[in-house]
Amino acid sequence: MSDLHTRAARGEEILKVEGLVKYFPIRAGLLKREVGRIHAVDDVSFTLRAGETLGVVGESGCGKSTMARTVIRLLDPTAGTVTFKGTDITNYSRRQLRDVRREMQIVFQDPYAALNPRMTVREIVAEPLRIHDLYDNHGGRKKVDELLERVGLNPEHGNRFPHEFSGGQRQRIGVARALALEPQMLVLDEPVSALDVSIQAQVINLLAKLQEDFGLAYLLISHDLSVIRHIADRVAVMYLGKFVEIGNKKDVYSVPAHPYTQALLSAAPIPDPALRGKREHIVLTGDVPSPAAPPSGCRFRTRCWKAQDICAEQVPDLVVRASNHPDACHFSEVQTVVPTAEAAG
Amino acid sequence: MAEPVLSLKDLQVDFHTEDGVVHAVNGVSFDLYPGETLGVVGESGSGKSVTVMAMLGLIPQPPGRILSGEAQFGGRDILKVKDDELRTIRGREIAMIFQDPMTSLNPVFTIGFQLGEAIKVHHKEMGDDQIVERVVQLLRMVGVPNAEDRVDQYPHEFSGGMRQRAMIAMAMANDPAILIADEPTTALDVTIQAQILQVLNKAQAETNAATILITHDLGLIAEMADRVIVMYAGRVVESGDIQTVFHEPRHPYTVGLLDSLPRLEADEKWLRPIPGQPPSLINIPPGCPFHPRCFLREGREVCRTDIPPLRPAGSADQKSACHFAEELKGHRSKFADVAAEGPAS
Repeated sequence: MSDLHTRAARGEEILKVEGLVKYFPIRAGLLKREVGRIHAVDDVSFTLRAGETLGVVGESGCGKSTMARTVIRLLDPTAGTVTFKGTDITNYSRRQLRDVRREMQIVFQDPYAALNPRMTVREIVAEPLRIHDLYDNHGGRKKVDELLERVGLNPEHGNRFPHEFSGGQRQRIGVARALALEPQMLVLDEPVSALDVSIQAQVINLLAKLQEDFGLAYLLISHDLSVIRHIADRVAVMYLGKFVEIGNKKDVYSVPAHPYTQALLSAAPIPDPALRGKREHIVLTGDVPSPAAPPSGCRFRTRCWKAQDICAEQVPDLVVRASNHPDACHFSEVQTVVPTAEAAG
Repeated sequence: MAEPVLSLKDLQVDFHTEDGVVHAVNGVSFDLYPGETLGVVGESGSGKSVTVMAMLGLIPQPPGRILSGEAQFGGRDILKVKDDELRTIRGREIAMIFQDPMTSLNPVFTIGFQLGEAIKVHHKEMGDDQIVERVVQLLRMVGVPNAEDRVDQYPHEFSGGMRQRAMIAMAMANDPAILIADEPTTALDVTIQAQILQVLNKAQAETNAATILITHDLGLIAEMADRVIVMYAGRVVESGDIQTVFHEPRHPYTVGLLDSLPRLEADEKWLRPIPGQPPSLINIPPGCPFHPRCFLREGREVCRTDIPPLRPAGSADQKSACHFAEELKGHRSKFADVAAEGPAS
């Protein structure tokens, strides 16, 4: 177990997720019998290296948050394995997990809901240290001061309560708490979605600086394609519980091969009015189907303009096809939809 | 230039709260011209929604209080007209679309009934059959599939995107002269947003309504607006033609907002955030409300003492409320050349 807490060298694989599945039962009737299942996450695999950010992008209900929570075992997986630093933690008990959680922490979207309003900021940041007996006799107070300073908060304000802080400052408190145990990996679940643009940029820079200084691995969940591009090194695109495309961010953004990725990227706004009418917008028809009854074969086929019979019959594997990185489309084909600065030289 | 359809002058709105007087809107003026889309952009608390709500008599008084202002529309000042006259203006001549259609629709009535009511209120001469026909026609126009059947469904049976379509149908029902859309796609996923924008464009083209689009999303403004006003701390800090303002901003706040945005189409190591926090509207800083966060204020007394008026700056009809707007001459935003680079294909 000592290996768990030795800091991984930059670039070393620290997380391996294989065939991860998470179903939620749908219960009905007096006896609460299971009448169906929400297929929230269905056969997701990936790896994460120290110092690296994997961005997972997708629309509401695609299972990206459930996936992240299952990886850090806030939810129990239905199937698949999660290996952290060479140790299979899939079936770890709560007690065993406590030790693992020192190394993997989470920052939530809503800085208003994620902090206990009755605790001072100092208590909030000290709590993980206390739980792990690292506060008393371990210079806990000084440590908390350092953490607050590290995330750009004045330690003198440590005795204030969360409501006395703005949204951006609260998110900094959430980050300080997540960093308290010196984890090697952070799950960032929509970390800047609740923040205004000018504050969002401050928090994004903070996250980048912390990663640079501590070699943290980030699993970043977001619906915002621009935020993902800015922070992530690699990007996975998720639709109805499955990864449909994964690769280095530059490749996914400039040579996407899956129709869903292309539709997403083409619909994402770029704040240049001169682009109006010049960019092709792929407008998908209809809504996302219910994850309780996902379509057979390719789950995207009901909204896809390329769909043929085979799409309803065969689940497309996530493998390298038309582009230089894996995608899961029977009719994989590169289509560039985002103007690239590099292309112009 | 044509006569404006709506001309707002010097609107000031306060709210009396337990913590003190909130100065939400502090002298906002703008003109809205026939057929144009005016974007109103700003972060939370900038006063962008309150401005419009106050104009339409939709803020409760108390705690709200309109201290001054004049809103010329159709030969009358709608800030002075009686409540029942304002009610006929709202919905008929000025229609609104809000962020969350679930809270704007009544859950216990069918979509068809609610749309029918909206028409009936203003068209007492129409018979029931005519109204049903018009409702179905409107729902078809906004792209609700099987409109004949779906008129009998309740709001909860519609998805978020479909509800927003129904709201647009309701807004267009009486051929309004002005359409006000307040964060119309903020609650929606990017692929659904793309659909709704298409519908909005179509509805606008069909009715030729002048549109006020209120949003925090600069990408959306770039995509939709002809002119833009940028708000900060209850004031207009910059206004002008959309391309001029986004390419050559002449107010340090607009410069900072655009710099803060992560990019979809290029890789950047660091963002340039605006330092600090937006001011409390109870204690707005003296002088220019932006001066505590501004990069031009260094060693300049006037920024801390005098409120800069909105005055011509840069080209065409561009205006800036900065004492030193001239110093931004030659500055181009990072999005100024995206379109020139073109799609990489």
